[in-house]
Amino acid sequence: MRVTINGEAQETAATTVAGLLRELKVAPERVAVEVNLTIVKRADFEQYTLNEGDTVEIVNFVGGGGAWEMHWLSRV
Amino acid sequence: MGDALVIKGIEFRSRLWVGTGKYKDFDETKRAVEASGADVVTVAVRRVNITDRKSENLLDYIDPKKYKILPNTAGCYTVEDALRYSRLAREAGVSDMIKLEVIGDEKTLFPDTIGLLKATEILAKEGFIVFPYTNDDPIMAKRLEDAGAAAVMPLGAPIGSGLGLRNPYNIKIILEFSKVPVIVDAGVGTASDATIAMELGCDAVLINTAIASAKDPITMAEAMKHATLAGRLAYRAGRIGKKLYATASSPLEGML
Repeated sequence: MRVTINGEAQETAATTVAGLLRELKVAPERVAVEVNLTIVKRADFEQYTLNEGDTVEIVNFVGGGGAWEMHWLSRV
Repeated sequence: MGDALVIKGIEFRSRLWVGTGKYKDFDETKRAVEASGADVVTVAVRRVNITDRKSENLLDYIDPKKYKILPNTAGCYTVEDALRYSRLAREAGVSDMIKLEVIGDEKTLFPDTIGLLKATEILAKEGFIVFPYTNDDPIMAKRLEDAGAAAVMPLGAPIGSGLGLRNPYNIKIILEFSKVPVIVDAGVGTASDATIAMELGCDAVLINTAIASAKDPITMAEAMKHATLAGRLAYRAGRIGKKLYATASSPLEGML
């Protein structure tokens, strides 16, 4: 199935958020996930089903202190 | 010395808070944070790099068990974006604290205070511990407090400008008006700027660029640690009044 992950169209065999994170080798502990602009609670990762054409955002923390940071979400 | 800063029941060991942007690498970030003695570290929320899966996580270097992680909404220009970043940051699971930025303009990076007020109100209602980054405007600081801000973070000067506290009198008025802690955020250029903020009676200072972009960030981090502490001690000790003429400090009696 084809989904958009962090702005890029990708092919995935995963059917759930947890499955997608495993496929991407992203540890679920320190990330937050949005599917179609809705936050998915970590406790729901295993059950949350992905559908063809979904837009997924996976974020974590990076170094930053002030507003000079690059802005990305509004460009999605 | 029984001088801990407590905000919403959270005890802060250090009155110097630091950012983690602009460092050469995570190792330098880690060493600077350690040298600063800060227990509060602000971080930004960004997309995970899914093409380079070996890329390291900041939290592998800045241990959330050891430091209080303060996610920020750096780079947000609208209320909606700031809310979205805040909720994602909370979901990432390190704290309910958010350093809230709603930026009004790219050149000055001054806050959009109307948007900031709206976002503060919404997030405070959702149970966030909101630290809004605002102008050095006492009226706005009071409004933010009324909207539920846990502390207010007035700028000393534009972000990254290193100009120091451009309007200490406004900061002083904010301190007089506020029932919540006042944390100077942005504008500090060197150690004496941090001291001035603390001598005025500010509860803490947040510094990023002045440390990260110094020639020697680790040494500057250490300087900021001492500067913040010195300013705090001087504030608690109470400075002498300013006078136009001399007052002798040695006794005049017993002179030959």
